[in-house]
Amino acid sequence: MSDQPTRFEIQLNGEVHQVETDTTVFDLVNSLPIDPVAVAVERNKRIVPRSLHAETTLEAGDQIEVVTIVGGG
Amino acid sequence: MGSSETVTGNTPTPLTLGDRTFRSRLFVGTGKYSDAETMNAALEASGCEVVTVAIRRVDLNSGDNLLSQLDREKYFLLPNTAGCFNAEDAIRVCQLSRELGLGDWVKLEVLGDRKTLLPDPVGTLEACRELVNDGFKVLVYSSDDPVLALRLQDAGATSVMPAGSPIGSGQGILNSNNLAIILEQLEVPVIIDAGVGTASDVTIAMELGAEGVLLNTGIAGAKDPVAMAHAMRHALDAGWFASRAGRIPRRRYAQASSPTEGVLGE
Repeated sequence: MSDQPTRFEIQLNGEVHQVETDTTVFDLVNSLPIDPVAVAVERNKRIVPRSLHAETTLEAGDQIEVVTIVGGG
Repeated sequence: MGSSETVTGNTPTPLTLGDRTFRSRLFVGTGKYSDAETMNAALEASGCEVVTVAIRRVDLNSGDNLLSQLDREKYFLLPNTAGCFNAEDAIRVCQLSRELGLGDWVKLEVLGDRKTLLPDPVGTLEACRELVNDGFKVLVYSSDDPVLALRLQDAGATSVMPAGSPIGSGQGILNSNNLAIILEQLEVPVIIDAGVGTASDVTIAMELGAEGVLLNTGIAGAKDPVAMAHAMRHALDAGWFASRAGRIPRRRYAQASSPTEGVLGE
């Protein structure tokens, strides 16, 4: 299994994003230049509760949405 | 409608929605401000307690977000589903809002058309029903259609919020007759949402009997947002008192204000 790729692609907020094998939602959120406390995460249109971020491992092709609160009317 | 209640004091009574009470009947949006300092000063001047916010994808290139400078302790954050064009997306946004720690209160908008931003009545009703079943307190943006407003009340909305005129249009109250019918028919509090251009629009909405007004662009887009926020606050108070004060009837002809007897030369 030495030729197994160590990186794969996901969709992050609609754009292609490369992640390492075994990356969790927690790892992903903490790798971004954002305040990790102020976000919520959806994986393939289902919310990943904060309590499960560290144990949810990403898979190739996952559609991840990371959202936050912004100004609005 | 408050014509039977006693008016005391010099500020409107608090607004009760569901199981919560809010000291101000003016709900103010946090969009479109040029900078956080202006936003905070305008919110302060408006005297509002409830501010609306939006849920969006994080900007992965910049951590800059005006809202990070909002005093979260001072305001009740009401997340909206602005930008959603079907019930499914609106429900997703509400669930994300709950996950973000914003609780169960939402301003539901399901839009039907990008040019008018008028609500899709079918999608709005469908989303309202589902969200109420899921335990959300739904303050729902509606058109000024009295039938839709009733259906939304029946679906369990905490407040029905008909538009005065299209979002951001500044046209004020376009169909006061429909709004008066909605206000007469509904038992849940009605808040006029959208279309406010200037202070007098807020007064007219309150004189009609609305329980409150929600606006954003009218303040954020004004040349001096802080001055306009101040004006909106007083306009709301003026309308609230006027609606309870029992206005005089309209007459076609004049009726003298001074005594008609004892006039010199008669």
